[in-house]
Amino acid sequence: MKQLALDALDAAMHPGVAYADTRVVEIRDRQVSTKNGKAAHVSSGVSMGLAIRVLAQGCWGFAATDDLTREGIQSAAALALEIARAGTSAKKHDVTLAPEEKHEATWVSPIRVDPFTIPVDRNVALLLEVDRELRRNPGVTLAEAAMSFERRRQIFASSLGSVIDQTRYQSGVGYAALAYKDGEIQKRSYPNSFGGQHQLKGYELIDEWDLVANAPRIAEEAVALHAADQCPEGEFDLILDSSQLGLQIHESVGHPIELDRVLGSEANYAGMSFLTLDQLRRLRYGSEIVNVVCDARPAHGPGLGTFAFDDEGVPAQSTDIIRDGLFTGYMTSRETAAAVGETRSNGTMRADGWSRMPLIRMTNVSLKPGRQSRDEVFGGTDHAIYMETNRSWSIDDKRYNFQFGCEIGWEIRHGKRVRMLKNPSYSGITTEFWNACEAIAGPGHWTLWGTPNCGKGQPEQVMGTGHGASPARFRRIKIGGAYAD
Amino acid sequence: MLIDAARCQAIFDRVADAARALGIADAEAIVTGGSSALTRFANNAIHQNVAERGVHVSVRLQTEGRTARATTNLLDDASIRQVVAEAAALTRLQEPDPELLPLAEPAPVPDVRRWHAATACVTPAERAQAVGEAIRIVESAGQTAAGIYSTAETVFALLNSRGVFAYYPETMAQFSITAMAADSSGWAKGSACSHHDLDPAAMALSAASKAQASRDPLELPAGAYTVILEPAAVLDLAGQMFGDFSATAIADGRSFLRDRIGEKLFGENVSITDDACHSLQAGPPFDGEGVPRRKLALADRGVVREIAYCRLAAHTAGAAPTGHGFPLPNEYGEAPMNIVIAGGATPIDTMVASTERGILVTRLWYIREVDPYEKIMTGMTRDGTFLIEDGRFARGVRNFRFNQALPEMLSNVEALSPAVRASGEEAFDMVVPAMKVRGFHFTEVTRF
Repeated sequence: MKQLALDALDAAMHPGVAYADTRVVEIRDRQVSTKNGKAAHVSSGVSMGLAIRVLAQGCWGFAATDDLTREGIQSAAALALEIARAGTSAKKHDVTLAPEEKHEATWVSPIRVDPFTIPVDRNVALLLEVDRELRRNPGVTLAEAAMSFERRRQIFASSLGSVIDQTRYQSGVGYAALAYKDGEIQKRSYPNSFGGQHQLKGYELIDEWDLVANAPRIAEEAVALHAADQCPEGEFDLILDSSQLGLQIHESVGHPIELDRVLGSEANYAGMSFLTLDQLRRLRYGSEIVNVVCDARPAHGPGLGTFAFDDEGVPAQSTDIIRDGLFTGYMTSRETAAAVGETRSNGTMRADGWSRMPLIRMTNVSLKPGRQSRDEVFGGTDHAIYMETNRSWSIDDKRYNFQFGCEIGWEIRHGKRVRMLKNPSYSGITTEFWNACEAIAGPGHWTLWGTPNCGKGQPEQVMGTGHGASPARFRRIKIGGAYAD
Repeated sequence: MLIDAARCQAIFDRVADAARALGIADAEAIVTGGSSALTRFANNAIHQNVAERGVHVSVRLQTEGRTARATTNLLDDASIRQVVAEAAALTRLQEPDPELLPLAEPAPVPDVRRWHAATACVTPAERAQAVGEAIRIVESAGQTAAGIYSTAETVFALLNSRGVFAYYPETMAQFSITAMAADSSGWAKGSACSHHDLDPAAMALSAASKAQASRDPLELPAGAYTVILEPAAVLDLAGQMFGDFSATAIADGRSFLRDRIGEKLFGENVSITDDACHSLQAGPPFDGEGVPRRKLALADRGVVREIAYCRLAAHTAGAAPTGHGFPLPNEYGEAPMNIVIAGGATPIDTMVASTERGILVTRLWYIREVDPYEKIMTGMTRDGTFLIEDGRFARGVRNFRFNQALPEMLSNVEALSPAVRASGEEAFDMVVPAMKVRGFHFTEVTRF
């Protein structure tokens, strides 16, 4: 693979090319799922190809191919250059890149058990055991369980002289119980929706979540929701579990801080951001207890946004995004960092496989743990609504107005659950919401969740991102609007 | 042509040989791939300009009631043998499934031709020229343009050892543009199998005109409004419900049509078909097992009539498969993919003229399901939202959040325009009309 990358780089360095990089990527994956007592989907895949990115006459050109012959590589390099030259007919200024050092490195994400050494029948057997536990409850009408594994090796080589060999292992597991009755569908998922929990781990992830033991509770909750009261409509104090808060961070902090979005690159599709450049170090994003980092370093944890180098050869970094409530940083690339006068990219360029151009993507955008105990988060208010596990999510294209629905809610009085609530939802304006944050649970309740399905770009790219959070409480939030008449 | 029929056959022959060598006679291969290119622009300049090509072979083997799938894009002999061996290993580790049907038998597939040589050969310079012209139109209005122009040729072929050989090549072009002014924006998008059927300059003019007309937006209170949904908005919202017209989804209890087939869920003026052969449609005329797609009357004058059946769901229900199954093995069964909502005779201008007070919506965004059985969807308006008063465009308004049950919306349709091929970002392309709908639920207003 390394030689392929170097050959591609040689092919790309035509006269007139100011900068080039190439990525050779090999992806192996396995998908296993069960449904109502049977294996539903069992598959594996291998995909290998290379991407060539050139900067010529001030414009980017990019071509990707799975034809790894000498002719295929030459053809891709020529096409990348042709595309760059074509772009000059609609150019306003030359692309400039923030400086970066040459790096030569090899990094493999740490795992304890290679998931591809586990036979697929063992995967299926565990999922079917979960399935049996879920369907032991007669009210469960559909039981679904799944696990997925990926190994992705990438050789990055650039005209700066960098050669970086990275291998990332990713595992995911989760299940859901659906209960249909009398024209109503209720669902509970474990350990999260979107297929569960996903991290940069090996098969050990599967053993960490006590899947079988939690299945009876999940089934019982799915069925009990039918008899639960509808979540009330009005303004209430709101407590979110850490997985829902992870998605709240993703949508209302992670996306708005993408500097390419701020500068207009995504205007036609994903949209722009309310975090215009004049807001940096001025905007009171949240209350003083809100601290958010964007951290791709392995030290942050095995998140889906953890790596050693990004996809333009910049080392993983940690950037303060919100410090004591103040907005302090964006996610940048070499191009956008230079465009706003920064001296270096903070390393967030990531590509969806070998066939796509890297974009600014969330790494691990996490809310730092607070100082309260979980009891203080729940008991610090006389009356609150507690919500768990995302069911729906939507936010406008500048990331002001959001609405989230959750699978289950609970009315909390003086720190105690007093009744289950179905169909809970809440909505608000991003900065008003974060400024209403008045309690965050401590490190013992902090989980680094994985969001495996973040879409961005044209052609669309799907990326995994990480979001650490612990349960938190928010003052006087609009609740129940999704079902309002 | 990147992958012609003969090459697909040659690939399958190698798959079948390798499977037989492992003692498995029943093999299926799906060959997909092609080349695509996309010129992306923002801030009135091309900023991302990409191309990709690739071919994947996905192998499914079946033996003794077991099946599994393995996929690769490495096509040398050793890699083909390896992917077949992987599929065989996964297959043999399964428990037998008494419900698993034999591989599909050959059946005549409708002859639809949607591959255009000129579109397959569009160059980066041609795309850049069209983009440049669109940018000049928006820029000359004092606005900023962002968008894409893409062209692609793809192949979807399915072959199996029972003799199925279904081969479908297609070209596709897409152009989309957002024109942005200081406090407003406008948007347009189109797609067609031939790039000659797209008019990027006209779309640029439309987007710029909307950005100009929606400047200085007014904040209106949330509430129930009469709305005029342009075709892209109809597509993206109505498109959220067609996965439920699935026999498997209904049997699973995850469809809003459970216990509702035959009921009048929509208005008398709403009729919906699934028709892979419609002249404005795209996509293969056969499904993930090679079964020819049959035209379905999903809703007839408001009554839910037909649903899609994959082979297994059809066998279970004693029905005939409709050719809408996903590749096996899968959890979801089937779904209609070529939606045609019958149009009416009321142009959008006439809808506006007949509206005393209402909201015209260009486009919707970030649509998600709030309630799966009531089929309540939430989302935002975007890029061209207007107040209509006394039959005329009054001004732009700030964007709304909606929470709207789809059956209610489709029961409140007051007028439909002629149907067109529409393209959005939240659902696959469909043939749909614009709709005038009363009592549409806007629940919040955002800041722009």
